[in-house]
Amino acid sequence: MYAQMVQSEATQDDPEKLAAFQARIDAGEKIEPKDWMPEGYRKTLIRQIGQHAHSEIVGQLPEGNWITRAPTLERKAILLAKVQDEAGHGLYLYCAAETMGVSRDELTEMLLDGRMKYSSIFNYPTLNWADIGAVGWLVDGAAIMNQVPLQRTSFGPYSRAMIRICKEESFHARQGFDAIRKMAEGTPAQKKMAQDAVNRLWFPALMMFGPSDKDSVHSAQSMAWKIKINTNDELRQKFVDQTVPQIEFLGLDLPDPTIKWNEERGHYDYSDPDWSEFFEVIKGNGPCNVDRLAARNKAWDDGAWVRDGLLAHAKKKAARQHAAE
Amino acid sequence: MKNEWPLWEIFIRGQHGMSHRHVGSLHAPDAEMAIKNARDVYTRRNEGVSIWVVEANHIAASSPSDKGPLYEPSESKVYRHPTFFDIPEEVGAM
Repeated sequence: MYAQMVQSEATQDDPEKLAAFQARIDAGEKIEPKDWMPEGYRKTLIRQIGQHAHSEIVGQLPEGNWITRAPTLERKAILLAKVQDEAGHGLYLYCAAETMGVSRDELTEMLLDGRMKYSSIFNYPTLNWADIGAVGWLVDGAAIMNQVPLQRTSFGPYSRAMIRICKEESFHARQGFDAIRKMAEGTPAQKKMAQDAVNRLWFPALMMFGPSDKDSVHSAQSMAWKIKINTNDELRQKFVDQTVPQIEFLGLDLPDPTIKWNEERGHYDYSDPDWSEFFEVIKGNGPCNVDRLAARNKAWDDGAWVRDGLLAHAKKKAARQHAAE
Repeated sequence: MKNEWPLWEIFIRGQHGMSHRHVGSLHAPDAEMAIKNARDVYTRRNEGVSIWVVEANHIAASSPSDKGPLYEPSESKVYRHPTFFDIPEEVGAM
């Protein structure tokens, strides 16, 4: 999930208005930017959509790391197209957040100074080409699990952004699976790399869905508002059930020896990730947190003259046009 | 024709959850009147739940003759489509 542990805001609005609002959501109506909404709904959604947008943007870094070193021109073009999509997804989401009255620059600043988070997964490194395949397949696969139900979320602009994003995500997961399959079916050394990538990224991918339901304190309100559709554990289980047969198809070993089909439940049993590691990463102590934020800050600072220059040019052009009229 | 009302482009949200879609245009002296007129011209049969109006001269549009340079580059990028990748059936939907 690209938005983890989004804190929901308590709401202190007129009970009558709140009830009418909830009734609209229960009836499956979409809330649009000009509609009345509880302050808590607005704040929670800005946090959630913002975190989601930041994840798309920061998520370009681990993959961008391998564009110049892709093994073939075709893989390079594909990876470039995927990273370009991620930028687009970030933009769709920022625009959805902006309809709630927060500005793009405010959101960017909150990312850059650490007040807003992005998904924990992007604080893990991509050490080699096999990781790029595993990221597309597992990380985008996990994101899709979360994003598909969010197409039905109650906030119109968010829902429409998710619909657009989901249309494009299938390419991401498939190109990743195709890349890792090539390695899994390759030389013993390549197969070993594929195995190593799956082993390292499996638990971080499971963390994407957020803490276990029993520790997830923000779910109830968000679910009532339909800005969260499934619980963390539901989505995690769905992801495990979908992915285990894929790992087996690739002829790789399962990254968690406790994974076992449970006939009674009709699901795979699996082990939770190490939640203390998850909380450390969220706090800023993951392997790449410092690098990721430094890269985003540098991009923002280095781009300042471009933003200023284009704006100055646009103003000059407008003044010239005005003078000519 | 100095006092001609400006032209407004009209966008209607057909039902909850959908985007506003362009349905046509009309003349009106200001935005408020444009919305009122749009209601009468474009939603007489319950076609909408929300109306947007934009003064036509505020819309910047690409030129149809630029079609080639704008869109042809994506024609060669077939890998952007999920069907480009051969995913075996036993792996399931992806």
